[in-house]
Amino acid sequence: MQYTEIMVRYGELSTKGKNRRVFINMLAANVRKALHEYPNLKIHADRDRMHLLLNGEDSQEIIPKLSHVFGIQNFSPAIRVEKDMAIIYQTACELVASVYEPGKTFKVNARRSDHDFPLDTNSLNREIGHVVLEAFPELVVQMKQPDIILRVEIRNNGAYLSCETIKGAGGLPVGSSGRGMLMLSGGIDSPVAGYLAMKRGVEIEAVHFASPPYTSEKALQKAKDLTVKLVPYVGSIQFMEVPFTEIQEEIKKHVPSGYLMTITRRMMLRITDEIREQRKGLAIINGESLGQVASQTLQSMIAINDVTHTPIIRPVVTMDKNEIIELAEKIDTFDLAIQPFEDCCTIFAPPQPKTKPKLDKAREYEQRLDVEGLVRRAISGIKVTEIRSGQRYLDGDAEEFSDLL
Amino acid sequence: MIYFDNSATTAIHPLVLDTYVQTSRRILGNPSSLHHLGSQATRLLNQSRQQIADLLGVSSEEIYFTSGGTEGNNWVIKGTALEKKGFGKHLIISSIEHAAVYKAAYQLESLGFEVSVAPVDSQGFIDVEALSQLIRPDTILVSTMVVNNEVGSIQPIKEIGELLKAYPTIHYHVDAVQALGKLPISSWLVDRVDFATFSSHKFHGPKGTGFIFWRKGRKIQPLLNGGGQESGQRSGTENVPGVVATARATRLQLEEVAEKIARQSQIQAYLIDALSQYERVVLFSKASANYAPHIICFGIKGIKGEVLVHALEEKEVIISTTSACSSRSHQEGGTLKAMGVPTELGTSAVRASLNSQTTMAEAEQFMITFNHVYQKFQQLFID
Repeated sequence: MQYTEIMVRYGELSTKGKNRRVFINMLAANVRKALHEYPNLKIHADRDRMHLLLNGEDSQEIIPKLSHVFGIQNFSPAIRVEKDMAIIYQTACELVASVYEPGKTFKVNARRSDHDFPLDTNSLNREIGHVVLEAFPELVVQMKQPDIILRVEIRNNGAYLSCETIKGAGGLPVGSSGRGMLMLSGGIDSPVAGYLAMKRGVEIEAVHFASPPYTSEKALQKAKDLTVKLVPYVGSIQFMEVPFTEIQEEIKKHVPSGYLMTITRRMMLRITDEIREQRKGLAIINGESLGQVASQTLQSMIAINDVTHTPIIRPVVTMDKNEIIELAEKIDTFDLAIQPFEDCCTIFAPPQPKTKPKLDKAREYEQRLDVEGLVRRAISGIKVTEIRSGQRYLDGDAEEFSDLL
Repeated sequence: MIYFDNSATTAIHPLVLDTYVQTSRRILGNPSSLHHLGSQATRLLNQSRQQIADLLGVSSEEIYFTSGGTEGNNWVIKGTALEKKGFGKHLIISSIEHAAVYKAAYQLESLGFEVSVAPVDSQGFIDVEALSQLIRPDTILVSTMVVNNEVGSIQPIKEIGELLKAYPTIHYHVDAVQALGKLPISSWLVDRVDFATFSSHKFHGPKGTGFIFWRKGRKIQPLLNGGGQESGQRSGTENVPGVVATARATRLQLEEVAEKIARQSQIQAYLIDALSQYERVVLFSKASANYAPHIICFGIKGIKGEVLVHALEEKEVIISTTSACSSRSHQEGGTLKAMGVPTELGTSAVRASLNSQTTMAEAEQFMITFNHVYQKFQQLFID
């Protein structure tokens, strides 16, 4: 079905009181960013609803993209036709046909803001219902919670018909909660953490630690591909590749193996916090899940979290692995995340890391390192890439071999 | 020269050949290598796989590269047998399959499998009702071709697919070697088809390459074990130039496909009409929607197919007896026999097969040459 307009209902925004306008404007900007490939599309963001006028753009392409935008509770694609009952009947039948199955329940929900229109709301309900039932005799009329609600609205500029309500992504408009740094390793958990943070309105930037030659180019490309999967929710994401080889080598040289992991994490967190400061972020997001590995016990969290007072958001901290995997599959990061490349978390992994590291010991061992210099050099070597939708890293750029294919 | 033997093999497309040569030159790495040359080859391999998957409307994880149609057919049939032998040892094929299907199936008989053969009607279409009677609780595979390579009959894949919906554990394999670019993909790559075999050289790709479609969720065993290429299912260092050339050939074959099909249908209709004017010509293909647009199977009563092939060849017109793969064995086409065509008529059969570049002028020239040859044979006929 080709629609002419989409009516968007806001999520939690409706409860935001005086900040409401700010939220709505942010949502409108995000919708515009997500649909930037459709130049004829017009967005009208009103207080209660947002209307997208498609002006000939393909609704079937737009609908899946819109369903990724956070801050939308649901939306209804609609068709605008002339205010002529014959056309309205025909369109009503076509719309119902697109969702019809025998035995489904049904009602018409008509509204009329154009009071010059000859039929009033009750007559509209009755007449349109009659025509649809004649066309689909196996439909069952039901007023309470029917399967199909055919909405008909007679406005001054035309008649609007819709019969589908599509669930939106929920949450808050990305950016409405400020900016945060996502520590993105390349595993299953961190992309899910990033997704969940965005859902609550956080605009994320990805921080990835690369230690060539201990980590492979493929691990870096994989992290970028994972970031590509998160882009549809925001439009684009800044990806920061931190050179981490020197730090890992220094730690390996000077720190007892039981504390390698703890000190490594402290250094990562320090660097991420420094980047956050520079890029005016308000929080750090990571994929830690309580008790999953040695670095994710509460004792480890105390020993690692010690290096900063910045809020660390751990969206998956209380989730089971299976619950995280379910979400990873939903956002299509799972298959990518399980590809086996050496990343910075696996190299130099001691056989027996301390699951209950002591804070004072961690501080003590760390004094053997030139922490400040190491952090400064890592920061100065950061490479920033803007990740946009459709990019491919592991599989290469579409352009790379275009002359061969 | 008029080359009307495109069902045997096609000329490689100049752009495809270019891809093959360029890839051989530029892409040195083995996709399994860790270094950047290996990654480069892997990226190219993945992009090729993705391109083919997109063109077929399937997922890239559902495409596995092979050495061609024969390997694809052998793999699915024997791979199914190995995987499902614990569930049953009964296979069903049709009576008009290519040797790469029926010989693969019959080889399994020595390992205790049973093969049932579904008959075709006098026009070369599988009898779906008769096929349904052959299904048993221990049936593990049904394998049918999409387009018959000898007469061009399009098999009722949708109907067989519908029938098999009641038997969800049976693997349904189709040999699509003659189908790509000759009829809409949606008409035969239906939900219930689990596997499909393709061969590049049948659509202007290089010889020795091909691929299978393997629906996600189904399981077959590998036949080639080793280094774990193709997700562990088909070991052996990938034929990167062949694969990339195949991806390009697939794209070119499916470009403006509706127009290409229409053009071949038009030429086919002209040829069938022109041939039917000759008293002693008998036609085994029809100009109808049930037949592929590129195959015309016919014969001159009383003249062996082989003789007609050579007579036309002298005048630089290339056709074949009904199947290149069996034409050296002086046999009548297996399909015609299965259709109930009498032997003396069957041995007269030849096949002319077109491609998307065939022109009406070539078809007209073909008829002029055919007329010459026919008139010469005419003197031999004593009725």
